[in-house]
Amino acid sequence: MTENTQYMSAVIPDATSESEKRAARDHRHDAWFRRTMLGAALLVLLLLASIAGSTLWGGALAFKTFGFEFLTSTEWDAVNGHFGALVPIYGTLVTSFLALLIAVPVSFGIAIFLTEVAPPWLRMPIASAVELLAGIPSIIYGMWGLFVFGPFMAEYMAPWINDNLGALPLIGQIFQGPPLGIGMLTAGIVLAIMITPFITSVMTEVFRSVPIALKESAYALGGTTWEVVWDIVLPYTRSAVVGGIFLGLGRALGETMAVTFVLGNAHQFSASLMMPSSSIASVIANEFSEAYTDLHRSSLIALGFLLFVVTFIVLAIARLMLSRLSRKEGL
Amino acid sequence: MSKADNENLYRARAFKNMIAMVLSCGATIFGLLWLVWILLTTIINGFQALNLRLFTDMTPPPGSAGGLANAFYGSFLMSGIGLLIGTPIGLMAGIWLAEFARHSKLGNAVRFINDILLSAPSIVLGLFVYTAVILPVSALTNHQVGFSAIAGALALALLVIPVVVRTTDEMLQLQPSTMREAALALGVPQWKLTLQIVLRAAKAGVVTGVLLALARITGETAPLLFTAFGNQFWSSNVLKPIASVPVVIFQYAMSPFDDWHSLAWAGALILTLFVLVLSLSSRLLLLRNKAS
Amino acid sequence: MNLLTKTRLSLLLASMCLTGMAHATDVTGAGSSFVFPVISKWATDYSKSTDTKINYQSIGSGGGIAQIKAATVDFGASDAPLKAEDLQAGGLGQFPSVIGGIVPVINVEGIETGKLELSGKVLADIFQGKITKWNDPAIVALNKGLKLPETNITVVHRSDGSGTSFNFTNYLAKVSPDWKSAVGEGSAVQWPVGVGGKGNEGVAAYVKQIKGSIGYVEFAYAKTNNISYAKLENSAGKVVEPSAKAFAAAAATADWASAKDFNLIMTNAPGAEAWPITATTWIIMYKQPKNAEKSAAAFDFFKWSLEKGQAQAESLDYVPLPKELVSKIENYWNTEFTK
Repeated sequence: MTENTQYMSAVIPDATSESEKRAARDHRHDAWFRRTMLGAALLVLLLLASIAGSTLWGGALAFKTFGFEFLTSTEWDAVNGHFGALVPIYGTLVTSFLALLIAVPVSFGIAIFLTEVAPPWLRMPIASAVELLAGIPSIIYGMWGLFVFGPFMAEYMAPWINDNLGALPLIGQIFQGPPLGIGMLTAGIVLAIMITPFITSVMTEVFRSVPIALKESAYALGGTTWEVVWDIVLPYTRSAVVGGIFLGLGRALGETMAVTFVLGNAHQFSASLMMPSSSIASVIANEFSEAYTDLHRSSLIALGFLLFVVTFIVLAIARLMLSRLSRKEGL
Repeated sequence: MSKADNENLYRARAFKNMIAMVLSCGATIFGLLWLVWILLTTIINGFQALNLRLFTDMTPPPGSAGGLANAFYGSFLMSGIGLLIGTPIGLMAGIWLAEFARHSKLGNAVRFINDILLSAPSIVLGLFVYTAVILPVSALTNHQVGFSAIAGALALALLVIPVVVRTTDEMLQLQPSTMREAALALGVPQWKLTLQIVLRAAKAGVVTGVLLALARITGETAPLLFTAFGNQFWSSNVLKPIASVPVVIFQYAMSPFDDWHSLAWAGALILTLFVLVLSLSSRLLLLRNKAS
Repeated sequence: MNLLTKTRLSLLLASMCLTGMAHATDVTGAGSSFVFPVISKWATDYSKSTDTKINYQSIGSGGGIAQIKAATVDFGASDAPLKAEDLQAGGLGQFPSVIGGIVPVINVEGIETGKLELSGKVLADIFQGKITKWNDPAIVALNKGLKLPETNITVVHRSDGSGTSFNFTNYLAKVSPDWKSAVGEGSAVQWPVGVGGKGNEGVAAYVKQIKGSIGYVEFAYAKTNNISYAKLENSAGKVVEPSAKAFAAAAATADWASAKDFNLIMTNAPGAEAWPITATTWIIMYKQPKNAEKSAAAFDFFKWSLEKGQAQAESLDYVPLPKELVSKIENYWNTEFTK
């Protein structure tokens, strides 16, 4: 402290010890601030490590018993103790991607509507209505899907899809199936409705945060609304938009209750979207409370661990693709 | 470019624009359609039970009249505590990511890990709290404290944290660095500028994130099954099992009794409206602050 | 509002949240969803006349077993009895609580409720996918007076694990050696054919929706959902309709005397009037209580339910235990459990 004082006094003759004291105190506070924030971030890391570790430990029996076969087998026989994770993993991936396929364009459309198209008095009501979708409990989505939407799909949509789209040459196979009403397509649609408000909220918020000056200069040069959104707003907010999409993807991958009701918990592998399947979260939810044997419970927890692995792989691929995109754009 | 070419180009761009605008209106109507359908279903199925008794009576056995008072209180308590625990942690982690670790390796690792946590199925989080909190506490207290409201709140906090981290990180990053640099130039210490300038500017976005998290946790069933357990009677003790609306909905909707069915749907309606009211009021508060 | 007031208010709020209930005894139980309605009714009535609050949550039989083993609850309830080794190892005892029936429900054009007759073997063959049409000779042979259509049979089973499935598959395994070796019994099996409905509600909804379907639900669901049920031929060769009388007959004729720890599954009971798919739920408790006060309170509750809880059980379509069984249970309490 004394050295600093001497130095300061030498360089800036009128430097008072007051300002030096304040500078040192600010530096101390900043260091504490930084440490606390870092602590919180490390806590997040620690939490995931504990959760993953706990599920790995719970699933150890299943992994030890089945080995690598656990990942490739489609059997799920609780009576004889044979379990395989292929169908749940497949079901999780298919329903989540289907949900994203539907939800992202819809959310994008709603976000554009809310920020560019809608008159100011309409914005608040519509935005609140979309947020209302987020507030509906996931179990209501499940029940509505099972008792209302499922029968609707079975009576009106499924026969139409089977007859028209199922007859198409190459991709027809994924649309063929009996009119059950539940299945991967229904689950994908229900998931899409659930994740839309999340993605929309984030997109709307970030679209609104684009500096007015940027948009106005584009308009001034004669740009249409669409061009301003696509060429100015979207690139500016790209990282945050991707973040919103990840939020939706995360919700879709981990959604338990809604999928449990409308996916059917069938342990058969099927290429068709009209057939029932199972997702990791729905298998755990459907069977955990009644699982008697240690091996059955352990297999269910092992499935939970596998979801972490699947998420890890999906997110890693997504990030790789994104970094390649930004490298191409020279960022 | 000739005049004709210019005109053609203009017409093409205008056409593209019109399609985009029509589609965006269509997307909004599409989204609202689902909302109306689901809300109508909920109202039609639940209106039988929509009366004042819903808020004053406890969850009844089948055949008797009753309400959801204990469930509403339980959900309110656990969501509140869950937010109270999860939001500060999420905020702090998000601040660290945006202000101190924007491009660092550790920062990217934490972001990645956070996204994985985001996708964790809620039932796995509930089971984790059961194994890591309830079992040890139960053994330590000689089975006096087992399933409890606080354990349920912890499970909900685990759902809140990744959402808040994600949105805080993104919203803070969107703030222009000119703001930060101006503050630094004036000699403002980092902690002050982060909390009182950058965070305040990003307030709307951060609150959006917290509201999204709240919307998520009020509707979750699975994490509460093995943590808060449920309670037929009134309880305000955080160390004892407590009822919650989603769990009651689950049990009642899957039963064969009509009066339980209407209670379940009515509970769902109230829960949804509650989240709406909360988000509307916080938005209004923010707007008023901004205007002043 | 200044800082002092804020602090005071938050302390008040916190203390409000943390107050415990001082004098009443709180007993917790968990397990089967089959008994959830009747236990919740009993608990409400019991709490009116005593100071004890019985808090039961239906998290599934497996959940009930796991929780009582971990001693996080005071009693568990399971649709499948624990084996003797498990009871010994855990220091647990079990006893039946209340009786109910599982009925096959159908949706066949032109067939009214209670008119179709099936035998156990035919039922098993249908669920195994061996009989695929409603006018199959095996079904026609049992129903000479009915006009059965040529519709395909769609089997509806449970998509989630359940005690209902356990009892149903247990029955199928008893009447069809083929089913026993091919599929077996359990709360979740690898169903050879059909679609899975979630919960009794889901199965009921599917059967109502899909023409030509057959499923199985607890009796209460068949009644309240207005679906057609089928009659079954019991082990005495008589065709019975599902009813409280038939369930009680099954409970009365089951051989409880030779079952240690009441480990007896009542399906395919020998009585002439017995309904073949009758089930009970076992209450599981520690023989040496972990918490003497709560254990005693739980026993008082169950004694009350066995002796005075009949009317409530019947109003919810359950069947109370026959008197001989009740006295056997009370004997069991006195000899096996330390109160």
